[in-house]
Amino acid sequence: MTDSTTETPDVEPAATPEAGSGLRADRVSRRTDGRLIVDGISLTLRPGETVGLLGPNGSGKSTLLRLLAGILTPSAGVVTLDGRALPQVGRRATARRIATVEQHAHTQTELTVREVVALGRVPHRRAWASASAADTRAVDAALERGGLTDRAGQSWHTLSGGERQRTQIARALAQEPRELLLDEPTNHLDIQHQLDLLDLVVSLPIATVIALHDLNLAAMYCDRLLVLHEGHVVAEGAPGDVLTPSLIKRVYDVEAVVTHDPGHPVIRFLRRSPRP
Amino acid sequence: MSTRRVSTRLLLLIGGGLAALLASVAFAVTIGPADISTADVWAAVTAHLGLGESTLPPLRDGIVWNLRMPRTLLAAVCGAGLALCGAVMQSLLRNPLADPFVLGVSSGASTGAVTVVVLGVGGGAVSLSAGAFTGALLSFGLVLVLSHSLGGSTDRVVLSGVAVMQMFSALTSFIVLTSADADTTRAVLFWLLGSLTGAGWGDVLLGTAVLAAVLVVCLGYARTLDAFAFGEEAAAALGVRVARTRLVLLCATALLTATLVSSAGAIGFVGLVLPHATRALTGPGHARLLPVTALAGAVFLVWVDTAARTVIDPQEVPVGVVTSLIGVPAFVAVLYRGRRKA
Repeated sequence: MTDSTTETPDVEPAATPEAGSGLRADRVSRRTDGRLIVDGISLTLRPGETVGLLGPNGSGKSTLLRLLAGILTPSAGVVTLDGRALPQVGRRATARRIATVEQHAHTQTELTVREVVALGRVPHRRAWASASAADTRAVDAALERGGLTDRAGQSWHTLSGGERQRTQIARALAQEPRELLLDEPTNHLDIQHQLDLLDLVVSLPIATVIALHDLNLAAMYCDRLLVLHEGHVVAEGAPGDVLTPSLIKRVYDVEAVVTHDPGHPVIRFLRRSPRP
Repeated sequence: MSTRRVSTRLLLLIGGGLAALLASVAFAVTIGPADISTADVWAAVTAHLGLGESTLPPLRDGIVWNLRMPRTLLAAVCGAGLALCGAVMQSLLRNPLADPFVLGVSSGASTGAVTVVVLGVGGGAVSLSAGAFTGALLSFGLVLVLSHSLGGSTDRVVLSGVAVMQMFSALTSFIVLTSADADTTRAVLFWLLGSLTGAGWGDVLLGTAVLAAVLVVCLGYARTLDAFAFGEEAAAALGVRVARTRLVLLCATALLTATLVSSAGAIGFVGLVLPHATRALTGPGHARLLPVTALAGAVFLVWVDTAARTVIDPQEVPVGVVTSLIGVPAFVAVLYRGRRKA
């Protein structure tokens, strides 16, 4: 039970190049109550890139993120990390590589910002061991990165929505992940905090999959987009190639005009009925 | 907030708690109708541990060693165990109102006890404690099966516990009202309300052994319990094997609760209130919360039981009645505080 003697077989042997490295979904499906929520989706996450996950409510974005995190197991297909299926990697080792930020984190426990961020060290700590210097360093660095150093002692319950999301992202960073999964992290935030948060996310040297509702934010911040519709991938590629009026019409059933700013497309939605 | 300072603070809290517990036990044993001094207690204890000659007359020695000592120690063990189970349940089920009895263990124990005492099942060969223990495990098994078939999430566990608790309570009332005579009803009622009368060394040793084992298991899961703050899915994302953790901790706490309830009845509110009071002192981290809440529960119940057996001397109040009299206002305070975060 001591921390030094036993290391669980978490340290994987070097993956063979053909097995692929990083996080990868291979034709994963998830069936709930007889309905296919996610239907045969493949995704290879390249180091450091930001992949946007788009699609209307119920298109399978959240379920795909849970499958990628290993929180849900696929009904078919496999999610691999450096070539090994997530169940073989193990829960703790997976959590040291892949961090998740939920759409809406809620707790009744009276926690400080620092205590919330320190939860990110749970997968790194053994039972009975107290916090190591590496734990303290990781928490300090994550607080700094999230701009929360001077709020470390403040109660979670007194934070605004944007600060709570930043705290959750700092908690995810304290996990020292190489892959970060975010489920609509900008929901309920005002526009300033949406931009702050996405600036923070894309500045991280971490491969990120981020589910987003706002097509313009996705176009501005993502290297690559994956558009889901009823559990299928209907389009994949650079924002400028993917976000076309015909795709937006097909997936969201709305009319839009797409113009091209330097660097990324800009989407303008049209009213259903002409202005009287 | 360096690691070293936190550890020092924890050691101080635990050291202080142990000292308070020792002093409370030593003092509580001297209180009662027979006039006994701390020196008498010391003499009796050292004599029985084979460390000296007893200078006490056998009657007084008996009062110390066979009556007050096991009773006070059982109070400490019950207080520690119930507070520990309450703290674990509240975190695991993410419910500030959870207590050790939320899984229906106490009501199952009651049904088991009245089945033995009132209906005479077992023909006198089975003790009330054994009946209670069997009933407790049965009801806990029922809660597990029911919650599992409902999907296994924590709110299902709580709902299953409530359902099973209601059913067994009704069963207990039915048996008592239809089959028991006045004397048996009185005896059973006393036990149902939670009472440390009749505590023996067997209860103390068994309770201590189970408490120690369960405490070790729970402390091993302290960091894991921290990870449950934002729910089961967040815990899973932090690398926790949620289903296994839930099963291990539910079984460990149910076993401890069943053991304590079968010796002392369902002493209410210790498991609900003490963890909240302790959290204010230690913060939410379970590595600190669990040992300190166990110590606080032990000291608390030693004093409450002393009050229960002396306040309206020569009559005795079931200790569960006293804990509830103190517990209900505290319960209301918890609800009131929780209002802000709802």
